[in-house]
Amino acid sequence: MDWQALRLSLLLAIATTVLLLPVSIFTGRWMAESRFRGKILLEAAIATPLVLPPTVIGYYLLVGMGAHSPLGAGFSELFGRPLVFNFSGLLIASVLVNLPFAIQPAQRAFEAIPQDVRDAAQCCGMSFWRSLWAVDLPLAWPGVLTGLTLSFAHTLGEFGVVLMVGGAIPGETKTVSIAIYDQVQSLNFEGAGSMSLLLLLISLGLLVFVNLLGRYAGRLHAYRNV
Amino acid sequence: MPVDSMPTAMSELLVRLQQESPIPMDAELRCTGGQLLALVGPSGSGKTTLLRALAGLVQPKHGVISCGGETWFDSAAGHYLPARKRRVGYVPQHFALFPHLDVLHNVVSGMLHRAPETRVAAAHDLLERVNLAGLESRKPGQLSGGQQQRVAVARALAREPQVLLLDEPFSAVDHATRERLYGELAMLKQTLSMPMVMVTHDLREAMLLADEMCVLHRGRTLQTDKPLELVARPVSTDVARLVGIRNIYHGEIAGHVPDLECTQLRFGAAMLKTPYRPELIPGSRVQWVIPSDGVVFHRRDRPSHTERENQLQGIVDTVHKLGEITRLAVRMDDEDRSLLWLDVPSHLARRNEIAVGVAATVSLTVAAIHIIKDNS
Repeated sequence: MDWQALRLSLLLAIATTVLLLPVSIFTGRWMAESRFRGKILLEAAIATPLVLPPTVIGYYLLVGMGAHSPLGAGFSELFGRPLVFNFSGLLIASVLVNLPFAIQPAQRAFEAIPQDVRDAAQCCGMSFWRSLWAVDLPLAWPGVLTGLTLSFAHTLGEFGVVLMVGGAIPGETKTVSIAIYDQVQSLNFEGAGSMSLLLLLISLGLLVFVNLLGRYAGRLHAYRNV
Repeated sequence: MPVDSMPTAMSELLVRLQQESPIPMDAELRCTGGQLLALVGPSGSGKTTLLRALAGLVQPKHGVISCGGETWFDSAAGHYLPARKRRVGYVPQHFALFPHLDVLHNVVSGMLHRAPETRVAAAHDLLERVNLAGLESRKPGQLSGGQQQRVAVARALAREPQVLLLDEPFSAVDHATRERLYGELAMLKQTLSMPMVMVTHDLREAMLLADEMCVLHRGRTLQTDKPLELVARPVSTDVARLVGIRNIYHGEIAGHVPDLECTQLRFGAAMLKTPYRPELIPGSRVQWVIPSDGVVFHRRDRPSHTERENQLQGIVDTVHKLGEITRLAVRMDDEDRSLLWLDVPSHLARRNEIAVGVAATVSLTVAAIHIIKDNS
């Protein structure tokens, strides 16, 4: 068992989830409420990581964050080290790749709040923030949490993008899925097996949790059927 | 007089709105404090859009909305108050209670303008007023439709609104509950001093509860009047149709008889006495209406004729048995061979052996005949 890789994966997954929390809430709510030209295009752009091969995403991120890119050059100038092949670059890549996992369930959850409930909140005199805190989030939180859980699970298992953007630097970018690959390459099937089993159990547990959340969310809106 | 040039009372709602799109609107409304104005019209006539505009949930293109001396919207001055800044009590069609909050906190949600320490006690008072004391800790999902409606009304009143807006408030409850809630709303209405606007497609509901009724069609307010007055004297055939009058005919003004205080109307071969309208020019073609309750069916064994009636002969064309009521159409012998619709008690229809094809005698009550000047 490569504990260092596991710890790095958990750290990456937690940091990604924390960064995606506000993104999923505000983007999800905005996308749920807004009608604008180009919305379909924006939704498609957010969903792209779901269908593109991870190596392709990794390639574009590598180019976009590399030393010759404005972002990579700027980061290097500021912090004295490159953005790619270190944890910061990996985190940025991870957040971008997980946008659809985090935003889509949140958006669907906000969309499920009936328009007249939002209207009622406004007519009660609630401001944007109060309405978000007192009405929208209490009704949409299972969707937001589902998105974050999926992002967490997906980050733990991400392979292609991590390898392209981060390489496999122990303690810096070598996550557990890359460690498993390395173990198989060096024919250490026992080590690979134990880490794979651990990832399998974590993923299974998280998906059960997501399904339970989905059922709970269904009950939250059920009062209309009375 | 256009509504914005009328003097405003302190608790009065004045509305004048126009827009072409996305939903056409050309509305003028006035509702004084303590009065209930019913907006009636068929589905898609723009009732809910108009109500949402009053609430500040949609912004119309042009016009003015003022309430209680405060301007909420004035397109010319570029002034618009969003819903959360208007003191509006809004009861949406499906009540829109906050499903995650209990009854008490649904009501408390409408009290953000009050000091926090006073909210719970005030919410208890309101719940008592709408007969919901004891249900404070229930979630909306644990309430019946009628109870949900009362919570929605309590939450709307919790805002201490300058206007109360009710969007089809009885459409989501069963018939028996609805009948009970009519009584409760009528009682509650007597205790309220703000203007109230209720959207409904149910004429009977409007007749029961409203002080004023406004007929809306394709976004236009066609006529506003007291409900009985509006049904008795529609300003156009469009309004007549929208308030459910089926007896709409062409005729010609024959002349006036000032001594008898009546205007004579030629209808086919018949000469009808109608209420005195000296402004109508003899010889002019007009349209006229009579509600079906202004038509009297004559029993075969007891024909009658009084000065307050116009007797006509016809042939029964249609018989619809609708429970205790039988709806008849009698074919008249005017040039259009018009049908005259009336309702008779079913037992009377049976006793008189009313059937399609039999000759019938009916009387049109003079006072119920209304001649429409505007033949729109």
